[in-house]
Amino acid sequence: MSDKRIIIEPITRVEGHGKVSLYLDEANHVKQARFHVVEFRGFERFVQGRPFWEVPVLVQRLCGICPVSHHLCAAKAMDGIVGVKQLTPTAEKMRRLMHYGQTYQSHALHFFHLASPDLLFGFGSDLRERNVLGVAAKFPDLVVQAVKMRAYGQEVIKATAGKRIHGTGAIPGGINKNLSLAERDLLIKDVEQHLEWSRGALKIARDYTVANLAELAPFGSFESNHGGIVRADGTMDLYDGKFRVKDAAGNMVLDQCDPNDYLQFMAEEVKPWSYMKFPFVKKLGPEKGWYRVGPLARINVCDRIDTPEAEAARQEFMAVTNGKPNNITMAYHWTRMIELLHAMEKIAELLNDSDLQGTDLVVKGERQEESVAVIEAPRGTLWHHYKVNDRDQVVMANLIVSTTQNNEPMNAAVRQVANSHIDGKAEITEGLLNHIEVAIRAYDPCLSCATHALGQMPLSVELIDAQGRVVQEVTKQ
Amino acid sequence: MLVMGYGNPGRLDDGLGPAFAEKVRQLHLDQVETEADYQLTVEDADLISRYRQAIFVDAAVSGREPFYCRQLKADASGSFSSHHVEPGQVLHLARELFAADVEAYVIGIRGYEFNEFGERLSSKARQNLDQAVAFFEGAVKAGWPPEHLAACFS
Repeated sequence: MSDKRIIIEPITRVEGHGKVSLYLDEANHVKQARFHVVEFRGFERFVQGRPFWEVPVLVQRLCGICPVSHHLCAAKAMDGIVGVKQLTPTAEKMRRLMHYGQTYQSHALHFFHLASPDLLFGFGSDLRERNVLGVAAKFPDLVVQAVKMRAYGQEVIKATAGKRIHGTGAIPGGINKNLSLAERDLLIKDVEQHLEWSRGALKIARDYTVANLAELAPFGSFESNHGGIVRADGTMDLYDGKFRVKDAAGNMVLDQCDPNDYLQFMAEEVKPWSYMKFPFVKKLGPEKGWYRVGPLARINVCDRIDTPEAEAARQEFMAVTNGKPNNITMAYHWTRMIELLHAMEKIAELLNDSDLQGTDLVVKGERQEESVAVIEAPRGTLWHHYKVNDRDQVVMANLIVSTTQNNEPMNAAVRQVANSHIDGKAEITEGLLNHIEVAIRAYDPCLSCATHALGQMPLSVELIDAQGRVVQEVTKQ
Repeated sequence: MLVMGYGNPGRLDDGLGPAFAEKVRQLHLDQVETEADYQLTVEDADLISRYRQAIFVDAAVSGREPFYCRQLKADASGSFSSHHVEPGQVLHLARELFAADVEAYVIGIRGYEFNEFGERLSSKARQNLDQAVAFFEGAVKAGWPPEHLAACFS
């Protein structure tokens, strides 16, 4: 067997460092793709021995891109540890407002900063132009708008979490502040503008996808399961719900699965070539049980959205595939913008809710030893599982992040894209690299990030043959 | 003047930037405001456009000890690795999108330990941080930018 391996490392414009290995058969067709994630595995040790009430703050150190998701998911898990099943209206709505602020800024950042260059200039356009600076030169108003959308989401986070980064808002059993009238008024005055910008962003993504559907439909696409949390009636809920998985045809695989029972319906496979674990639905097994998460999966598994404009957009989106799950990888962008509009509609709704000015912030319950929480982070379902001893110290932590759940789907997308480019020739071309990056970026992966010291993060591409020799290497700074 | 320290305090010496911002905040220097974040992003272009001078402070994985300081040039190149944006690109966006009249500088404080979780700085990094803060305080009190900037610290 004279298999060859092509390595592309790391992927640009995704978080952290990524590496792609393409395994070729004798005819130089891609038989397997592996998207490696260079991930820190020390976090569980980092929190062991720490008091449980510190964890919602500590976990924000995991990630510089989605600290709020970790903050809220850990706080929800710690609600379980202090025995709280129902927060006060003020606490729950403050947390939800924080979460929608995070979703809004994250989706805006991804779409305008990372995805829009590909969409506005085309996948194959000049790399010197195909970036946010290129967009800024040609569409300056769009980039100013994106900056202001991102900043608005950050202001929502600051008003609810107490600080723009490393917030302390959510605490076990509740929240440590309400929203003052001054904070509310500061945010509410810009609501209409941000709703308008959200509609505009959705229109860009929708129009682009519809206009280019023939080209996009096969690009990095494949049939898969889709997972996300929903309410009891199937309504999408980014903050709280129970887990649902549908297969590629729309058949229900799992529904209303309580996160506290996740070990009964999910398992994580360990593979020798990756630090990451690979979650799968137990009853389907590791080969068939993997699933996509994130905006596309959430729209595919839910029955409705509870805000009118996003629901209308969801119905239009689902009509493309006659109500069945959409398995087009590039459709992530359209669904991400449906969620952007949904998040802004929810922000508008919450800012007009006087419960946010309530003063009943924390409740207590009967202390528990173990708890699992789930939340829909911008990139997909996020799970936090903790055990706490009788001295209030964390003795076990297990986190399943969205990027690990999307790892196998990203492998499938890369394999599909690479096969259409390699075409029997073991060579990394600019086109191949570009298209792999475009496919991976659709998932908005976050690859264990937040160390970005000066001097790091070049882009290098290696081609390694069956004997382990590097036969081609390209490095971009 | 805005001091923007960035990095992850949960990743050992990667937290040098925020630690610098916090120490400077405690100095209560006249006309100096501080911010800290995990990393720079595009909206920081809007933020720095409101100041005459912006100082970006980050950990450096290599290079001069204990730190370097240099004036920053706007970077219009399209080399992006992630959601993170380089300081020169933030400066470029501030000038292009917000017509900012801002001068920017970068202080890179040499760090040594990055590759595990932990909310502490290595002892050598702490020493470098103290020297960088002392330099900055003296330079601000004498009137920023410091004389002989290029010759001494670039």
